[in-house]
Amino acid sequence: METIYLAIPLAPLAAAIIAGLFGRMIGRSGTHWITIIAVALSFALSVLVLQDQLVTDRVFNGSVYTWMVVDGVNMEIGFLIDRLSALMMVVVTFVSFMVHVYTVGYMHDDPGYQRFFCYISLFTFAMLMLVMANNFLQLFFGWEAVGLVSYLLIGFWYTRPTAIVANLKAFLVNRVGDFGFLLGIATLLFFTGSLDYVEVFATAESLQNQYIEVFAGIPWSAVSVACILLFVGAMGKSAQMPLHVWLPDSMEGPTPISALIHAATMVTAGVFMVARMSPLFEYSEAALSVVLVVGATTALLTGLLGIVQNDIKRIIAYSTLSQLGYMTVALGSSAYAAGIFHLTTHAFFKALLFLAAGSVILALHHEQDIRRMGGLKKYLPITYWTFLAGALALIGFPGTAGFFSKDALIEAVGYSTTPGASYAFVCVVAGVFVTALYTFRMFFLVFHGQERIDEDARQHLHESPWVVTLPLILLAIPSLLIGWPTIGPLLFGDYFGSSLAVLQQHDVLRQLGTGFPGALGFLEHALMSPAVYLAAAGLFVAWYLYLRNPDIVPALQRRFSHLYKLLLNKYYLDDFNDKVFARGSLAIGDMFWRVGDDAVIDGVFVDGSGRLIGWVSGVLSRFQTGYLYGYAFAMVIGLCALTGWMLLSG
Amino acid sequence: MPDVSPAFAEIFLAVGICVVLITDLFLPQARRDITYVLALLCLVGTAWISSTIEVGSSPTVRFSGLFIADPLSQFLKIFVIAIVGVAFVYSREYLRERDLYKGEYYVLGLFALLGIMVMISAFSMLTMYLGLEMLSLALYAMVAFDRESPIAAEAAMKYFVLGAIASGILLYGMSIIYGVTGSLQLDQVAANLMASGPGQWSAGLGVVFILVGVAFKFGAVPFHMWLPDVYQGAPTSVTLFIGTAPKIAAFAMAIRLLVEGLGPEAATWQPMLTVLAVLSLAVGNILAIAQTNIKRMLAYSAIAHVGFILLGLLAGNEAGREAALFYTLIYVIMAAGAFGMVILMSRAGFEADRLDDYKGLNARSPWFAGIMLVLMFSLTGLPPFAGFFAKWSILAALVDADKIWLAALAVLFSVIGAFYYLRVVRLMYFDQGLDRTAPEAGLDLRILLSLNGLALLALGLFPDWLLRICTAVMA
Amino acid sequence: MLTLTHFLTLSAILFSISIAGIFINRKNMILLLMCIELMLLAVNFNFIALSRYLDDIAGQVFVFFVLTVAAAEAAIGLAILVIVFRTRQSINVQDLDSLKG
Repeated sequence: METIYLAIPLAPLAAAIIAGLFGRMIGRSGTHWITIIAVALSFALSVLVLQDQLVTDRVFNGSVYTWMVVDGVNMEIGFLIDRLSALMMVVVTFVSFMVHVYTVGYMHDDPGYQRFFCYISLFTFAMLMLVMANNFLQLFFGWEAVGLVSYLLIGFWYTRPTAIVANLKAFLVNRVGDFGFLLGIATLLFFTGSLDYVEVFATAESLQNQYIEVFAGIPWSAVSVACILLFVGAMGKSAQMPLHVWLPDSMEGPTPISALIHAATMVTAGVFMVARMSPLFEYSEAALSVVLVVGATTALLTGLLGIVQNDIKRIIAYSTLSQLGYMTVALGSSAYAAGIFHLTTHAFFKALLFLAAGSVILALHHEQDIRRMGGLKKYLPITYWTFLAGALALIGFPGTAGFFSKDALIEAVGYSTTPGASYAFVCVVAGVFVTALYTFRMFFLVFHGQERIDEDARQHLHESPWVVTLPLILLAIPSLLIGWPTIGPLLFGDYFGSSLAVLQQHDVLRQLGTGFPGALGFLEHALMSPAVYLAAAGLFVAWYLYLRNPDIVPALQRRFSHLYKLLLNKYYLDDFNDKVFARGSLAIGDMFWRVGDDAVIDGVFVDGSGRLIGWVSGVLSRFQTGYLYGYAFAMVIGLCALTGWMLLSG
Repeated sequence: MPDVSPAFAEIFLAVGICVVLITDLFLPQARRDITYVLALLCLVGTAWISSTIEVGSSPTVRFSGLFIADPLSQFLKIFVIAIVGVAFVYSREYLRERDLYKGEYYVLGLFALLGIMVMISAFSMLTMYLGLEMLSLALYAMVAFDRESPIAAEAAMKYFVLGAIASGILLYGMSIIYGVTGSLQLDQVAANLMASGPGQWSAGLGVVFILVGVAFKFGAVPFHMWLPDVYQGAPTSVTLFIGTAPKIAAFAMAIRLLVEGLGPEAATWQPMLTVLAVLSLAVGNILAIAQTNIKRMLAYSAIAHVGFILLGLLAGNEAGREAALFYTLIYVIMAAGAFGMVILMSRAGFEADRLDDYKGLNARSPWFAGIMLVLMFSLTGLPPFAGFFAKWSILAALVDADKIWLAALAVLFSVIGAFYYLRVVRLMYFDQGLDRTAPEAGLDLRILLSLNGLALLALGLFPDWLLRICTAVMA
Repeated sequence: MLTLTHFLTLSAILFSISIAGIFINRKNMILLLMCIELMLLAVNFNFIALSRYLDDIAGQVFVFFVLTVAAAEAAIGLAILVIVFRTRQSINVQDLDSLKG
């Protein structure tokens, strides 16, 4: 079994090295065959591992290679394989496999074909190392490595000349997160003297009673400080407010990347990490509360932002942010299993949505503006149906995978007693309406209604090749169905066993699960809850506002001229609705976008600090005048200052 | 007849330099390779002799307390000889293409090496000063080596004047310490300072002046002003030399003078070093962002790295000094590689010293773009490259010494610093360059440079043995 | 009666003058070389006075070395000065400003 564990991450790594160094030699098809076979192998082995976990429930925790020992702290590469990591491995390798296949079609004409395969295989390797880690050091390595590959991939097409300041932006946001993460690890190392998960977790309870004075005079529990710092890292990687600004910008990269990295896997690393650290977070009410509030705020506010976007990929990006917020809320209310469950279903349907959007973009020759789409249903039937499946799963349409995970999550939040839970509950429930609104606004504007496509593009409009549509179909199946068999064991059974720790008083899923009536019963029960109706309302509003078929309206006007007034009245009503409902939510979204996101977070914090550093750099460099006497003067000033200090202090 | 055997390496080198110098006089320009080979042979011989000198666990002091041979000195000497050898190999083609392929470069380089070796083994303020001057005078001449270049002349003048001020200040400090303790020998200085009770203002004054001298040699802010100008102005082969071997000398100087000689006054110099270290981190990293010339950018990066080395020294514990030694070694390897890349990219009549010259390097030469990527990642401090481990050990030592805020500041500034290293990576991989030709260079340069880059990866994966050596020699 | 303090004060004054000379002088580079010489002489003065006071010969030996090094330094400094003049036709300190930033 150990050999299999080792082979899972090493196969994509080997493929990445071959594709990177010998890509030119083995040619395009050689590159994609090697990388695809490697990832497929990884996927197959991961399934095998999951199977083994289900049967034997044998947790493997062992080191593969000891890097070094410093002051008794072991630095090693090791694997912790339990049901949590086994599940993540399957998700990562499956989505990655799909994306590899899809890339063959999507990047067909790109000159950087081999390089692209090298990067995504490398990413798969890094992500697997992160997921399989049994210690903080390896977790951090994987964490940095996935970030690095993401940086490389965002820049893949990013050839526009950009100023230093603009570049600094995404970089700074992620460094803030990593900085927090590193400090969190350092805090744990400081208090426990170990980097190994199991050893650290074993001391979690006693950490509660050790205190740090972050600000003089106010003692904080060590475990709270460590957890909040770790969560800052998660906020950076999983794009929680206010560190979310890099994710929409990352949509500059090619679509397969958006699907693999910025939707299904890398951005969920933060969620996975918090779930992995559940034995620590459980002992800190404060940290859980922070997680809950940040997640809830992200879930609602970023959803609102999605309503006003016109770039198809940016809309999906905002929906990713919002869904990540949902997962974070689940973590904050100690429903870790619900968070991981939503992570899993989300990986499938969000990858599906991105890849389907990519198929649309490909068909329209890299047009991404939904105002220049419409009526694509008849040209792209497979894309249409698969996109619909993804959209339904995203809004939590009863019976789809997204429904089971999201609904269970919302109910779990309702049971939570963590401070801030009632606020979070309001946010996530309202978020359901918003989600349905922006999702179907996009859906209708893209696939239904009037065709607003360029004549030129229409000439060449046809369904994408099979390498593109096959992954869509393969992803649509789990998006629709995976909830049925998995909800029972994952949420209310003992699937996760010892890999997630929940204290008795926090165990909301147990409360929710008492008398769990099976998936079908859950569905019936959920039909009584407001969430489903809110989703339906959102869908309806979207249909009402955005799907006015202009071909029928003039015809009706001609035939039933006496009804015209009624229609016109209806139009007034529509106008009224438009002003009150749609404009209202539009205006709120717009306000958040312009004032909150663009001006405050982007402008003041992110660009602001980038500009500040640039400015300071410019000012400081003026001190380097080039004149010798200036240099000598600086030395003398330094000497005098040090002398003065010595004399005054002595 | 005193036992001079511990200094055989220096004696051999001095004789060797004379042989090289005189042989070179009688060689026509076409046979200059003989000088080159002789210089390399000289290095090999010196390294071999250094390695055979017996150093026991207790240091050997010779020449009436002027000279010390201990494991640290032996290790540093062998390392610095190797680095000088690398610099010589890197420089050969660059010099030849610019009509600078003269024996003087090698003779001056060897003299600088002799100065460094004297400094490493200095056990008296007198030998420290002499070694320092031998190094500095050779470096001034090397900077001005290209007599046709106005910026090289300017850089040499600035370096000379500021260097002279710094050695004047250092000497003044030495005279004060001499007055206070009545001795030039470092162990007696320490003993007398301890006996008279640390913390006197007169001794403190001497400490400040000596600290300034050391800080200048390192290039710590605010005594760093010479560094960017000299790095940029000097011919790249000389920048390579200045950017590497003298850092070892500065480290040895700091250990001998501050730790061994003025150790009892640590309470005076530690806080000052803290300020210098933080300023160096801040100024180095922030100013590097504004640069468009890669040599100048690497100069500011050197200042930032010096900040890290100083952090290790000021941690005040054994672990900190080991970490500082480790960091210095790794930094020198990284700097050698980075300037080696600049040399590789340059051709006759073309200096690849603008950042824009690195655009699209990946398309021109994927292998060397990869090597440069390794160098930049290692300078940034990303795992799994050696630079990460160097930073990590410094931070660990700081945390051990309860200087957590310093560690946090160091991380913060290296995060800002990461930006300009990664900018180079971005230029290489994502931008289109005007130049489409692959860089041409001799096989020796290409192999050695590749090894240099791979060494950083290897040291990052297996840092254990080097760290163990650092621990052993610092003990 | 001249005490050690007088010698040390004089040396400190000479040292300060030399340093001030370096950054106040904005014209001639030869003045810089002179200031550097003065600085080394100030140090020598210090060493000799202290050597006499401590009744220890090492300080005076040090001075011999400093004098020798100072001579070598002056030689190198003047050589660089010649190169500066050849490449720029000027030895004005203010003209040395092409490297900055």
